[in-house]
Amino acid sequence: MRAAASIPVPARLARRARFLHWAPLLTLAVMLGPVLAGLLGTLAPALGYMPALGGHSLGLAAFEALAAWPGLPRAVALSLGVGFAATALSLAIVTLICAGWAGTRTFAAIERLLSPLLSVPHAAAAFGLAFLIAPSGWIARALSPGLTGWAQPPDLLILQDPAGLSLIFGLVTKEVPFLLLMTLAALTQVRPGQSLRVAQALGYARVTGWLKVIFPLVYRQIRLPVYAVLAFSMSVVDVAIILGPNTPPTLAVQVVRWMSDPDLALRFQAAAGAVLQLGLVLFGLGLWRLIEMAVARAGRAWIVRGGRGRRGTGRMLRMGALVLGALAALAVIAGLGGQVVWSFAGLWQFPDLLPDGFTFRNWDRHGPRLAGPGIETLLIAGAATGLALLLTLASLEAEHRHGLRPATRALWLLYLPLIVPQVAFLTGFQTLSILTGVDGGRAAVVLAHLVFVLPYVFLSLSDPWRAWDARQDIVARALGAGPDRVLWAVRLPMLLRPLLVAAAVGFAVSVGQYLPTLLVGAGRVATLTTEAVALAAGGDRRAIGVYALAQTAAAFAPFALAVLLPRIAWRNRKGMRDG
Amino acid sequence: MDEGLRFEHLAISLGPERLIALDCTVGPGEVLTVMGPSGSGKSTLLAAITGTLDAAFTMTGRIRLDGHDLSGLPTEARRIGILFQDEYLFPHLSVGANLAFGLKPEVRGRAARRARIEAALAEVGLEGFADRDPATLSGGQRARVALQRMLLSEPRALLLDEAFSKLDTGLRAQVRALVFDTARQRALPVLQVTHDHSDAEAAGGEVMTVG
Repeated sequence: MRAAASIPVPARLARRARFLHWAPLLTLAVMLGPVLAGLLGTLAPALGYMPALGGHSLGLAAFEALAAWPGLPRAVALSLGVGFAATALSLAIVTLICAGWAGTRTFAAIERLLSPLLSVPHAAAAFGLAFLIAPSGWIARALSPGLTGWAQPPDLLILQDPAGLSLIFGLVTKEVPFLLLMTLAALTQVRPGQSLRVAQALGYARVTGWLKVIFPLVYRQIRLPVYAVLAFSMSVVDVAIILGPNTPPTLAVQVVRWMSDPDLALRFQAAAGAVLQLGLVLFGLGLWRLIEMAVARAGRAWIVRGGRGRRGTGRMLRMGALVLGALAALAVIAGLGGQVVWSFAGLWQFPDLLPDGFTFRNWDRHGPRLAGPGIETLLIAGAATGLALLLTLASLEAEHRHGLRPATRALWLLYLPLIVPQVAFLTGFQTLSILTGVDGGRAAVVLAHLVFVLPYVFLSLSDPWRAWDARQDIVARALGAGPDRVLWAVRLPMLLRPLLVAAAVGFAVSVGQYLPTLLVGAGRVATLTTEAVALAAGGDRRAIGVYALAQTAAAFAPFALAVLLPRIAWRNRKGMRDG
Repeated sequence: MDEGLRFEHLAISLGPERLIALDCTVGPGEVLTVMGPSGSGKSTLLAAITGTLDAAFTMTGRIRLDGHDLSGLPTEARRIGILFQDEYLFPHLSVGANLAFGLKPEVRGRAARRARIEAALAEVGLEGFADRDPATLSGGQRARVALQRMLLSEPRALLLDEAFSKLDTGLRAQVRALVFDTARQRALPVLQVTHDHSDAEAAGGEVMTVG
């Protein structure tokens, strides 16, 4: 709508209109600026330039030092292997669950489990898994001494195994719900019902028909989330500290170790490692793309051959995927249960399935110490989520009012902070803060969290926002309401539920951030997540139980509110039950 | 004469293709019915009048309401009422609050506003419905609430976008008669787009076919 030259516009309104116009650009700048600045801050010391630490000349000394580290080949192989295995396994489980179960009542039950599973922070889920599979964990206890004959916890390296198997499993438990959510969103656009019925009428078995007809359409939509999962799995730090191998650890963990080393000379090596991590992720994405193309070729040939698929094989695949998916969900849920029990445990000797007694002593001891990090967590998550919502709403409203059409390339930009490995640009933040003298504090941590909170808030809110019936806007405007009144009195209240869900997603993302808090906060900003991960090495399960539960509660409470509040606010409004 | 909704050499095209050309006046209390298959540009014409035309379309000529040129005015300043096939009652507001959304802010004071809303409800036989949830109303009741909400905003012209097509035959005649009678009483020019001949006959005015 062209602005009318003849109507005088108050200056304040004009200023706001200008802010709205710039909102999409500002949002991109807030999201991508730190990534680019951080990458530069990583690249400079990697090439030897860091005046504060005496690095003045450019050279490859840091990379030579990195190459001389004996653990390097193994760390690189681990990162690649873990990334590909976790991503491929998660994608296979999600694909087969959708192929076998989409549209059934089982599927509806799976959908209901999604939000709670998604809200569990990575670190808490990893601790939960550790409580289950450790040699003295619940699984070993359940089988001992009856089946195993163990009276003592066996001396087995199940946790932190050198091949990274427990790390892969830990990642799968969290990536399956994420990819499933993204696939569900893609499925609502693809409308698979009819195509699948046509395929079945042509004699295709359900799973085969789905894979041949629906999957190619769905994969195109979830490609970016899959890339994000691959990049994340290759470079994750907190989960790898808890579940990953130690000697050597994955490359990302080693970089963080060097970063936290009192020997500042190691910072150069750390920066070189971070650059290598970035290269590794880019290489991984390229390799995945090649595999994608090969699979697509083979898939086309498979489709052209016209095989209808055997119902028996399909049934097996579909049951297999369900069992694996259930196992992943169960691991998270039982893991949380384990944390609850440990946090209240009195004396608990090895083969006993439950402690001798339950006590509040652990909570009495650690509870008061939770307050500080707890408040810090809430402040940071609240600020980051508030800013993310403001920028997202302003961008979406600008899109609506000025008739802007987001290009498909914009979606790539949105995923960029999720694909560039955290360690590659967050290490650069420290360089930058030394260079500029701006010290890491709570505000810096909020801005760093915003980089990751924004994409999730935007992705979660933009679909319902754009799906809102534009005629509702015309009706309200024709009744004499200006764009601001329509926004506040009609659109936002009608979109209350997706708004709160987006806020809950953003809050949970912020609560779960480990590396940005650690590196940008220069180790002085303590949140529930940094405190919990710091406990990993100590192995005090009672303390870990308390901290991990507090962390999960902080991430989960907003989801509960997002479900509850609209129900209360709209209890007398039937038309608002589903929207 | 200046009164009414006037189209001066109005032409709307999409790229090289001309969708609508119109040069006429709909006087107060008169009805112009535009008929045509879907995709013929009927809704585009309505979008041009409400000021919500997509940037992809080009429009030449002028639209005047009671002599005032509408071009450049935002939708909310045009004083054009519109009814769609769906009523678009705001689902989060009560029936009374929906009407209050339409009622001009110039009517001040809680009691005065409440009285106007009660009166508007009574006019269409919905006394005491102010606190109801719009989702609990029947189709005919919803249509009447939407009409009254629109009238409370005191529009100077009325647009009907397939406004009756969702109602079943008996209800349809009833609601249609109510809308056209009200428009005549208030001397509102009406432009309706429809693909149903009975709508055109009930309107009784000029009929134009496009597409």
